[in-house]
Amino acid sequence: MSQTMTTGQQNLSLTARYFDLNEHDHPEGGSTMLGFWIYLMSDCLIFAMLFAAYGVLGANYATGPSPKVLFDLDLVALNTAMLLFSSITYGFAMLAMEKNKIGATQMWLAITGLFGAAFLAIELYEFSHLLHIGATPQRSAFLSAFFTLVGTHGLHVTFGIIWLVTLMVQVSRKGLIAANKRRLMCLSLFWHFLDVIWIGVFTVVYLMGMLR
Amino acid sequence: MSAAHDETAHHGHDDHGAAGHGSMRDYVIGFVLSVILTAIPFWLVMGDVIADKSLAAIIIVAFAAVQVVVHMVYFLHMNSKSEGGWTMMALLFTIMVVVICLAGVLWVMFHLATNMMPIHDMSNMGMG
Repeated sequence: MSQTMTTGQQNLSLTARYFDLNEHDHPEGGSTMLGFWIYLMSDCLIFAMLFAAYGVLGANYATGPSPKVLFDLDLVALNTAMLLFSSITYGFAMLAMEKNKIGATQMWLAITGLFGAAFLAIELYEFSHLLHIGATPQRSAFLSAFFTLVGTHGLHVTFGIIWLVTLMVQVSRKGLIAANKRRLMCLSLFWHFLDVIWIGVFTVVYLMGMLR
Repeated sequence: MSAAHDETAHHGHDDHGAAGHGSMRDYVIGFVLSVILTAIPFWLVMGDVIADKSLAAIIIVAFAAVQVVVHMVYFLHMNSKSEGGWTMMALLFTIMVVVICLAGVLWVMFHLATNMMPIHDMSNMGMG
């Protein structure tokens, strides 16, 4: 059957009934991006509800520490920079991918992963500092909402990095085939989407927290 | 179906793109705008530039909203044409749901908190 498929391009009329079988990969790829976009939109709803919870509970300190005591904006600014750098380096990876440059794609993906890892390291450092001084999720409703919202974002970044490493392995094994390009484009949407969510986090949680 | 058939025969990259590919120019413009739109609100808060806290809050939220749009356009390459407009439709629907839910939750819960009887009065009310 595969022989019929390879000649299928020239003889569409002859192999018309195989055409769908043959080209199924393409319609699949076509709907993947829209499907993934709709997944991201549903993820957006999850974050919206976590933001709503934070908005409602964010001022309930239960005589515990307030954002002003807990947050270090220098650290948050550094964190934001890491995520922003990772966004543009992922963009460079996509541009290299378009030109079918495997080496450059892999390099930019690796740099993106490192920025992502730096973001996570800083966030985990912040969390461990908070837990160390007793600002645990159990301390107050504000801290529960804070850890849930920021933690969920951090978890997304973690899975994004795992996905990114997986794709680097796949690209190194199979090259920039159509399926891998599609996967890289999905991850691109995911990665930039996380940066969009982070805009909400640093604005609502950190900056507005300091204004309280 | 025949239209889809034609597209697949062309091996068109267009039907892959929920989010086409950006150009170098797009990414650099997006990045520079993002840096500016991030730096200003951080500076406003860290430098205590605006004395009125609620005014400062409104301004940084406005900056965040603009930055979200910048990311959508320059990084996520949102436009009204990709996937026959369905990505934009999904986005608009999501924004509508998010706005209704967020505004609704915050509004209801704010009034719940203000209309709640103060806790210290509860004992005098003879409520079990």
